[in-house]
Amino acid sequence: MNTSAPETTTLDIEGMTCASCAAFVEKSLTRTPGVQSALVNYATEKATVQYLPDQASPNTLKEAVVKAGYGVTERAPDTSAADRQAAIDKQKAQAYQQLKRRFWVAVGLSVVIMPLSMLMLWPALMQRINMQTLNYLLLLLTLPVLLYSGREFYASAWNGFRHRAANMDTLIAVGTGAAFLYSLAATVAPGWFTNRGLMPEVYYDTTATIIALILLGKVLEQRAKTQTSAAIKTLLGLQAKTARVVRPGGQEIDVPIEQVQLHDVIVVRPGEKVATDGVLLEGTSAVDEAMLTGESLPVEKQPGDPVFGATLNKTGSFRFRVTKVGADTMLAQIVKLVEDAQGSRAPIQRLADKVSAIFVPTVIVIAILTFVLWFDLAPVESRLPLALVNFVAVLIIACPCALGLATPTAIMVSTGKGAEHGVLIRSAEALEKAYQVNTVLLDKTGTITRGEPAVTDFAAAPGQDAARLLQLVAAVERQSEHPLAAAVVRYADAQHYTALPATDFRAVAGHGAAATVEGQTVLIGNRRLLTAEAIALTPELETHAQQLLSQAKTVLYVAIDGQGVGVLAVADTVRDTSAAAIRQLQQQGIEVVMMTGDNPQTAAAVAGQVGITRYFAEVLPQDKASKVLELQAEGRTVAMVGDGINDAPALALADIGLAIGAGTDVAMEAAGITLMRSDLQGVVTAIALSRQTIRVIRQNLFFAFIYNTLGIPVAAGLLYPVFGWLLSPMLAAGAMALSSVSVLTNSLRLRGFTAR
Amino acid sequence: MDTTEILVTLGGLGLAAYVIWYFFFSTRHITTAVSGSGGIQAVAITVKGGYSPDVIEVEWGQPVQLSFYRAEDNSCSEELLIPDFSIRRELPAFQTTLVELLPQQAGRFEFTCGMGMLRGSLVVK
Repeated sequence: MNTSAPETTTLDIEGMTCASCAAFVEKSLTRTPGVQSALVNYATEKATVQYLPDQASPNTLKEAVVKAGYGVTERAPDTSAADRQAAIDKQKAQAYQQLKRRFWVAVGLSVVIMPLSMLMLWPALMQRINMQTLNYLLLLLTLPVLLYSGREFYASAWNGFRHRAANMDTLIAVGTGAAFLYSLAATVAPGWFTNRGLMPEVYYDTTATIIALILLGKVLEQRAKTQTSAAIKTLLGLQAKTARVVRPGGQEIDVPIEQVQLHDVIVVRPGEKVATDGVLLEGTSAVDEAMLTGESLPVEKQPGDPVFGATLNKTGSFRFRVTKVGADTMLAQIVKLVEDAQGSRAPIQRLADKVSAIFVPTVIVIAILTFVLWFDLAPVESRLPLALVNFVAVLIIACPCALGLATPTAIMVSTGKGAEHGVLIRSAEALEKAYQVNTVLLDKTGTITRGEPAVTDFAAAPGQDAARLLQLVAAVERQSEHPLAAAVVRYADAQHYTALPATDFRAVAGHGAAATVEGQTVLIGNRRLLTAEAIALTPELETHAQQLLSQAKTVLYVAIDGQGVGVLAVADTVRDTSAAAIRQLQQQGIEVVMMTGDNPQTAAAVAGQVGITRYFAEVLPQDKASKVLELQAEGRTVAMVGDGINDAPALALADIGLAIGAGTDVAMEAAGITLMRSDLQGVVTAIALSRQTIRVIRQNLFFAFIYNTLGIPVAAGLLYPVFGWLLSPMLAAGAMALSSVSVLTNSLRLRGFTAR
Repeated sequence: MDTTEILVTLGGLGLAAYVIWYFFFSTRHITTAVSGSGGIQAVAITVKGGYSPDVIEVEWGQPVQLSFYRAEDNSCSEELLIPDFSIRRELPAFQTTLVELLPQQAGRFEFTCGMGMLRGSLVVK
């Protein structure tokens, strides 16, 4: 019996010329021992093979393909996302260069064509020049603009037409094509026009200038577009290229990042990037994690702490064991999340989507009707040129470019900007929901507070050396595994006291712990421990303990050699940034509500501390979601902020869920927005970013719609009977080129977003 | 109205009607994805001024592999969006880009270019 799990690999097949070749390769792969399934795609020239690794290997698969008479292309060792992006960038850069060349050719020729076309405005000059010759000269100058600079428009329009798809190129191609063909006829057969009482006018200047102007728009658009997608490129660029791996013999060698494997031990020196995700083994350091979390202060790392790829090691040197590589790393997940968000559509885009689907064919119909109406209604001697000019103007002004760019560009810039601040937005829809929020529901523990107990007060009885006492207590607690003991040890460590050895340690379940330190019996625990050991407290300590209890803190009592000598208060402390963040939310007109499983007294204390007036106390984990519903029933749009697995239902139920801390995947899955940094400042940033983004999108859509709705009637000549206004096709082209650029520039303003 | 005007009017109206019919009402060819031995439904799509095929039928619950071959360098088709699956890909010119997805519910899901002008749809049955 075979127990190994099947593996899947992809082979690049060479030499297939038809679909039956693919079937043949597929058959020979399927017949190879150990192969469970094989699928060969002729179009992509790839074979996806599932095989049992103990019976077959990539090599035997390759042999099977070669035996069938085809080849297998050796793939580069798993190209990283950064390499792929680099290849795409290179291709884009080449396309951009070509676009610029085509633009400059169009500009160069247009500046000659324009003045030559205007010669006819000077009758004195016209008498000396043969009009026929001039028209042929203009034709010769326009041809390169049409065939070289404008080639893409015509090819694209034709391809689109065959697919019953029409895009902006269709409009430009039909518009300039009509102007050119009319001019060509007037050049080649002027007699046909003069015989019918028409001037054989040419519009070569219109054709060339429109192409030059539209290309200008494309050049500017392309330049701005590269800036909108800069965020992912920046993220990918953060990746370390190599890692210094410690070999079993202790030898350190630099290897490319792709070769790093799970469980490798990697050395990181000060100033170097952490190569991938792992757990610190030896050494301590401060690591700058701003690129992942937006946290500006370096984070202290000790053995056992997680470290993340792409972060920057600041002070010390350390070794860590690799726990994640490739697509599993935090950075790769962030990139994936941002990419997904950029691929999603915001609900606000729906109208623009619907419009752009029917836009171009509708505009073509309007242009045709414009032509017919002008032809029928204008004076006979000028009806053909007027009909033609207005037909072209309608087509050119109506380009839906700006409409198509309005939302996606803003989403791209803002999701990238969010990632920079440690705010990961899952979808454009989440961004739009966050904008509507008027109530933020905060889970107390781990959100407003740190979620772990910390020593808040420490008092020694009169005559006791407080420092010495803390040293003794810490020695006992170091042996204990209780969470409260860990808080005491952290507190002592923060004071930089030397650790003392403790012997005879014993934990008293539900009471506390005891041990012998430097010959003294040290006890630490709750009131029950004191009672059980018949230890009395001094009146001062007793009063102090009562005060601490009234503040809803947990009190620990310390006794040495049977005498009560000190009290410690432990509580879940409020994060330094919570109160400020809550105030900022309230200033934005958002009501902040807190919920907690704690008793009303503790809840009131914490709420008071951070300036919250409404709170739910004693909420059981399973009831968190119903609190969301309760608020929604009041007609509120609720953002739920939480961190734990038990928050997941509430996060999913809220109008928008914000998961704090990237640690719990369940919370991340359920939330629309994930905050990498563990504090509430991220909530403020997320809401502010979403508000600014939606504002920009609305402006963009307004610009795009108003431009087309006003532009088309003017171009069609609707104002002509009243004011005598017509829109020159060249002006239409200029306005059209600027419209998408203005929308892009407006979206790029989001790059200036700063979290307060 | 002279003869020319009548001809231009009739011609214009006829052309307008043809444009409307051609873009909105003419029948489209539907392609059904072929399921390979591995259970993957594979479809090769050529991108050139549009998507061919542009209506693709796939089975619900089985992985779909769409291979987009972009046979042009026109910038209009450089981006591919499948919003319902949160997919955004750059399609390098004259190269094949693989897009994999798992349809988990029946329905019609559109895929478009970056600006929503070129359109196709995935019909999940």
